[in-house]
Amino acid sequence: MANTAALVFGAVSKTFVAGGMAVQALDAVTIRTEPGRVTGLIGPDGAGKTTLMRLAAGLLAPDAGSIEVLGIDVVKQPLLVQSSVGYMPQRFGLYEDLSVQENLDLYADLQGVPKRERAARYRELMHMTGLAPFTRRLAGRLSGGMKQKLGLACTLVRPPRLLLLDEPTVGVDPVSRRELWGIVYRQVRDEGMSVLLSTAYLDEAERCDEVILMHQGKQLGQGTPASFSEPMRGRSFHVSAGSIGKRTLQGRLSAAPGIVDAIIEGEQVRVVTAQGGMPTLPEALAGIEGLDIRPAEPIFEDAFIATLKGGQAAVTQPVADLATRSVAAATDDHAVIEVKDLQRRFGDFYAVKGVSFRVQRGEIFGLLGANGAGKSTTFRMLCGLLPVSAGEVHVAGLDLRYAAARARGRLGYMAQRFSLYVDLTVLQNLRFFASAYGLGRARARQRIHWALDGFELVEYANVTSGDLPLGYKQRLAMAAALMHEPDILFLDEPTSGVDPLARREFWQRINALAESGVTVLVTTHFMDEANYCDRLVIMAEGEVLAEGTPADMKARFRNEQTPDPTMEDAFIGLIEAHESAQQGSAA
Amino acid sequence: MTPMAAKRMRLRGMVRKESLQILRDPSSIAIAFVMPVVLLLLFGYGVSLDARNVPLAMVVEQADANTASLIGAFRHSEYFDPRPFENIQAAQKAFDLREVFGIVWLRNDFSRRLLSQGDAPIGVIVNGVDANQARITEGYIQGVWQTWLGDFARSQGVELQVPVVLEPRIWFNAAVRSRNFLVPGLIAVIMTLIGAMLTSMVVAREWERGTMEALMVTPIRIGEMVVGKLVPYFLLGMGGMLLSVAMALWQFDVPLRGSFWALTAASALFMLVALGMGLLISVVAKNQFVAGQVSIVITFLPAFILSGFIFQISSMPYAIQVITHIVPARYYVAILQSLFLAGDIWPIVLSNSAALLVMMLIFLGLARRKFHKRLDA
Repeated sequence: MANTAALVFGAVSKTFVAGGMAVQALDAVTIRTEPGRVTGLIGPDGAGKTTLMRLAAGLLAPDAGSIEVLGIDVVKQPLLVQSSVGYMPQRFGLYEDLSVQENLDLYADLQGVPKRERAARYRELMHMTGLAPFTRRLAGRLSGGMKQKLGLACTLVRPPRLLLLDEPTVGVDPVSRRELWGIVYRQVRDEGMSVLLSTAYLDEAERCDEVILMHQGKQLGQGTPASFSEPMRGRSFHVSAGSIGKRTLQGRLSAAPGIVDAIIEGEQVRVVTAQGGMPTLPEALAGIEGLDIRPAEPIFEDAFIATLKGGQAAVTQPVADLATRSVAAATDDHAVIEVKDLQRRFGDFYAVKGVSFRVQRGEIFGLLGANGAGKSTTFRMLCGLLPVSAGEVHVAGLDLRYAAARARGRLGYMAQRFSLYVDLTVLQNLRFFASAYGLGRARARQRIHWALDGFELVEYANVTSGDLPLGYKQRLAMAAALMHEPDILFLDEPTSGVDPLARREFWQRINALAESGVTVLVTTHFMDEANYCDRLVIMAEGEVLAEGTPADMKARFRNEQTPDPTMEDAFIGLIEAHESAQQGSAA
Repeated sequence: MTPMAAKRMRLRGMVRKESLQILRDPSSIAIAFVMPVVLLLLFGYGVSLDARNVPLAMVVEQADANTASLIGAFRHSEYFDPRPFENIQAAQKAFDLREVFGIVWLRNDFSRRLLSQGDAPIGVIVNGVDANQARITEGYIQGVWQTWLGDFARSQGVELQVPVVLEPRIWFNAAVRSRNFLVPGLIAVIMTLIGAMLTSMVVAREWERGTMEALMVTPIRIGEMVVGKLVPYFLLGMGGMLLSVAMALWQFDVPLRGSFWALTAASALFMLVALGMGLLISVVAKNQFVAGQVSIVITFLPAFILSGFIFQISSMPYAIQVITHIVPARYYVAILQSLFLAGDIWPIVLSNSAALLVMMLIFLGLARRKFHKRLDA
């Protein structure tokens, strides 16, 4: 029995029918994971990760193929499997109106944990998750990271032989993410548990013993993270140039032949080439003064992108020029957005407390933080959607307290969730937004044409918006927000749930807009995306922890152990400093 | 641990969790305890199907001792509030303006015909907009008229020439108070509300919040999940029932002529039927809003309209009468009205209970069969 595989999928297929359309969620997936290991299920949204998890948990039945969990046939004996595995669904499966202790008690009862063993197990779990001081608090009142840890504790209340975690780290701050990984590995070490964990964060692949790469229902490969990244050796490079900006450099590199991928990483551009070695760069690039090309240590993401693109050029077509006019150059150094001591209260809870920052014209300005840090609340106040409790907000020189409507005419807003009409077609949505912004007939026609062209939506013009692939929905939402040629664009979590390819394309569009003088404000919980911003603030619990350029932020945390700190290192450093300061003041 | 002990532990865990959720959620307390009180007060005091102090126009074209005596008879009746009018035109105007509900018209030959023939026609006009009220008013006017005519004949020393004399006796609700039959019937509506609507929404809530998914991947059996959900809501519903019965007895002075235990047993049975419906709805709907709407349309409204609680089933069109047979509240209302007003009429109580038992088995069985530990079934 010792060598029974934790999980075996034999040519498993699963199709869902939604709105008359069949969606192939899994297509002949065959996997085998060994016991006592952490296996990562990696892939963008729509890859079939959740379907695979649910199949393994016996919540779904496969259309074809066989599934064995811990040597048990799931289709024949789902109850036996459900008694042996621990499963944490995406929303953690917590009862928000029950306290931490009551949630634990419920799962202990359901899992049949004997009463006399409970006290010791609870103590261990609460210690591990750091929830010990909060056992009487309602689960709904916990922060995102704490909810995630409580969800995990509930799943672990009776140590399962296989732990299934469906995107446990989405939207959770990096500190909590790091802690979660610690707990998971401790379970593997102490209890000999097997773990299957799905994630859309590519950087988490490196933390797994083994990785299964998924894309659009197909399994692209299985192996150790190194087995993916190692073949990329000699194809990954860091490129920098002193004379031109990193965004310009990235734009030119991604258009160059023989280059699969070019992304901004820190102060340089990370390049993945189609074949080993750096291809001969075109004249325009080779001639740049101070161009510096150095081989880089390959990472999992390089392999992921290279596998998905299969050796194509970075972007099939250069993104059409989005700028239709250039915003008049700033004649003074007045900030386009000025926020002073901004506060927002909900009852006695401060969602935003004392936030201040300035954004210059044509800047890409980021708000970085975990879910619940106050990013979206700040945004809604800046857009005039939510009244300000205290403080000052000037947008485009207008005081939002008195001229919210006029200020709104100057800005475009793309909400966190797809906020267009899902039952209208792409064209109908664009027409609606053109009329909502009060564009004249001729101008509306011109802008709709621009949107369809610039966002490559022409062939989807008559498709119902709800049926669009996620990446296209996001393009449409952005086009709608730009119909009236705003000076300022607000993007709330624009890349959440979007696959890495669409994210790259999205940032290229943002860069093009910023180059033409549009000011862009963006919130994100992807640490690596902070590198695309000119400047940013890092937020936690409604407060700004730091403001500056990405380079400044990282430089603060450079030391012996981490000579080249990442944005995540900087973020974690700031959070820890903030927490110890709080404890210091509380003591 | 033995399998039985594990089973007991799981059940206890579910029951405790549901009970805590009920206590923490003000809306479930409101539906179980506030709503019954509001409905009872509304129906107990606000809605009355009786005719009492009905404003009546009295047109007397030639006043004399006889007409005065007849008007006196109307005035003494607790059902009427007679108002004199000079002529029929003025009375009609008041009638059109709805100042009076009916007109009694005594023509100028009233006394002459009364004395010569021993009988005289009186004109009666009632507002037929509310057919129920019109029929009742008409009957009462007839009653006052007949009684007065009898008295008049006796005072003249003659026996009245009436072929058959009706002497009505009203049983079970001698005072003919509509409250006495509305309030017991309302208990069926209230229990439907708690059993079907509340239950359908709380199960759907688990689907919506994603907790059902986590619950399913535990050793819990479907049967345990069903029982664990039902027990707290069963108790909540029985609490609502006791509250309603207490208000009926002590607030509205409705008599309870049958046995309390028969009432409790029948209520428990009906509660299980309602819970079965609620569970079935939520298993199919999986969304709080849809579950709420569906339960209003297929449980609450039929309990209101087709149960015989307000509208007499035997006076419904035949097709509708047939449909009422699939409304569980119909059987419960029949039991309630018998137990409260008539007593332990076992043939009625038992036959209707048997119907409820069959429905309970159908609904709970269907819910159990449709409830899978699977998301795609």
